[in-house]
Amino acid sequence: MDAFLLQILNGLDKGSAYALIALGLTLIFGTLGVVNFAHGALFMIGAFCAVTVQKFLTLSVETIDPEKTDFLGNPLKVKTPYVENWFGPDIGNAIIDWSVPLAILFAIPIMIAVGFIMERGLIKHFYKRPHADQILVTFGLAIVLQEVIKYFYGANPIPTPAPEALNGVANLGAIVGLDLIYPVWRIVYFCFACLIISGVFAFLQFTTFGMVVRAGMADRETVGLLGINIDRRFTIMFGIAAAVAGLAGVMYTPINSPNYHMGMDFLVLSFVVVVVGGMGSLPGAVLAGFLLGILESFASMEWAINLIPGINQIIIYLVAIIILLVRPRGLMGRKGVMED
Amino acid sequence: MFGLNKKDTSLLLIVIVLTLFAPFILNPFPTGSGLAQFNAGYPDLMQRFAIFGIFAVGFNILFGLTGYLSFGHAAFLGVGSYSAVWMFKLLSMNVLPAIILSVIIAGLFALVIGYISLRRSGIYFSILTLAFAQMSFSLAYSVLTPITNGETGLQLTLDDPRVLGVTSTADGSIPVTNLFGIEMRSTYNLAVGPWDFQFNMGYYLCALVLIAAFYLSIRIFRSPFGMMLRAVKSNQQRMNYTGLNSKPYTLAAFVISGMYAGLAGGLMASMDPLAGAERMQWTASGEVVLMTILGGAGTLIGPVLGAGFIKYFENIFSKINDNILHSWFSFMPDGLEDFVVFLVHPFIGKGWHLTLGILFMLVVVFLPGGLVEGGQRIAGWVRGKKKPDAHQSETNPAE
Repeated sequence: MDAFLLQILNGLDKGSAYALIALGLTLIFGTLGVVNFAHGALFMIGAFCAVTVQKFLTLSVETIDPEKTDFLGNPLKVKTPYVENWFGPDIGNAIIDWSVPLAILFAIPIMIAVGFIMERGLIKHFYKRPHADQILVTFGLAIVLQEVIKYFYGANPIPTPAPEALNGVANLGAIVGLDLIYPVWRIVYFCFACLIISGVFAFLQFTTFGMVVRAGMADRETVGLLGINIDRRFTIMFGIAAAVAGLAGVMYTPINSPNYHMGMDFLVLSFVVVVVGGMGSLPGAVLAGFLLGILESFASMEWAINLIPGINQIIIYLVAIIILLVRPRGLMGRKGVMED
Repeated sequence: MFGLNKKDTSLLLIVIVLTLFAPFILNPFPTGSGLAQFNAGYPDLMQRFAIFGIFAVGFNILFGLTGYLSFGHAAFLGVGSYSAVWMFKLLSMNVLPAIILSVIIAGLFALVIGYISLRRSGIYFSILTLAFAQMSFSLAYSVLTPITNGETGLQLTLDDPRVLGVTSTADGSIPVTNLFGIEMRSTYNLAVGPWDFQFNMGYYLCALVLIAAFYLSIRIFRSPFGMMLRAVKSNQQRMNYTGLNSKPYTLAAFVISGMYAGLAGGLMASMDPLAGAERMQWTASGEVVLMTILGGAGTLIGPVLGAGFIKYFENIFSKINDNILHSWFSFMPDGLEDFVVFLVHPFIGKGWHLTLGILFMLVVVFLPGGLVEGGQRIAGWVRGKKKPDAHQSETNPAE
């Protein structure tokens, strides 16, 4: 029972990353009808926003402390981050410690800006071109973004720890009398993902803006004929989708140290997730993200591997193939969206 | 000639001349001169030109003709490599059976994957092939270790049986790959003045296979079968409504292009008898997509040019470092020189992927017909008229 629950938890936290990226992909596909292969790169840029914030916060001034000496007998050089000088050691340290959550504030405007620039500068010109061209140009863009990041940050993973307070493990099962020890940050990640997902859904469901966007997703032409500038709203949705991917990346950094190709690794999987959920269906993307995450973690349990060796490596692809062949629309795909 | 019209014959002749005289053409600078680093006429790189040329020509039969964008073609190349190495391990070091087996196995693989994937089209097809390729990659990496030797990659050892050959040579080393006794690695050096030309046996085998593969692809492009594939690309729905089942045609194209990939994989293993799972990763599939698009999808010579272009950049461009840049721009005043080097630096050496990515995007945005269309446009400007042959360079998906 414990192992069972643990696998569900494992699946939820991986699934929340899939769900967030797939949600962004679906937002873009559903609104603009563009297949965005650069979405993984957006996830990666988000992660590197966290790295940048951490770097800025730990920018240090070097002073010589005459009272202490290093092991050679020279006066010791002490590095103190600027924030410590400004706010005092306690607050300064706390700020540095919480750099990843703080990076969220920094990442939102950056990601929205990146999204706007991408949509207005490149993707706009590809609405009328075939999907293959869209895939190709965004694939090229992904390579470019990846290489730019590699140029500035190097090829090695950069560790970005979570705040001290959220770094340990918690015994989740204590309340119900089970032994269920789980890293706190992963729970935070899951809650964060749920928050973002419900935020996006609430935004689409309960605001006038969201209503217009949904109307545009259903029938773009009619909404345009009603005198609504739907293109502008879709551009904003692209920005929001980029921000969702970016935030997923920011919060993912303590789980996996970011490197420049992390986006590509996630991209393939999130495409599979989108296809399983149904192209253009937001709830489908979220559902499929969590479902595949949980399936993957169950498949990596010992009995599953003993039953079918290697199942943990291929389960997601296998499910995707079966779904595509049996139910091409995906789990919750709308009728008529990219069907043949 | 060979059942081709005049234009195709001249295209074939160009490819024949280019490949057979590659050791001269790719070695224009004397050894020891400052520009010698731009020479690409060494066996290893020339082999890669030819092998990836074959791979891209095969991919183009699928993508260029039918418009089905496969993101998993590297899987067939990997399968081909594995089967060739197994042939070297079990049968003999002769490359002929190895290459034949790799083509057959890759073809069977393509038949199975194609049969399933081709039930969908458009982006779903891309994702399905991607999923299959990633599955093969993960399996080769983990569970299939007895067959693929996992992370280390499949290599020859001294205790392989090699039924028709020898397990080890007289001096106790692993025998080398050969074609009826002619060793693949044997190289004839021709020194003409300051130039040093290398004629490698393995390269000429690859070159001959490339020429044959290219000839076959011309025949396919010009055949009624090729016409049918083009019809699938321009409007599959209408094809179906006329009562024609297009599936056998697309499946045949898929299998043929898979066999081309297997052939490339077999040749790759013949030149250097080892095979690794990383050859099957989806980024490797992405590379052949880059090659084909960059050169010009749907054109005959485009993929060969694209493959040569990318491999040249990968090997030559990536070796340029800051010192070389400084020596190039040394005629400028000091401050300006440093500034120019600083500007160029991100795009060369390790950053050549950035250049490639930008170039690829520019091609997709402005030149959907790739380098070939670029050449046609320039030729058009020179002659002062509109580009003549537009129908070849259209890229429409199969949806």
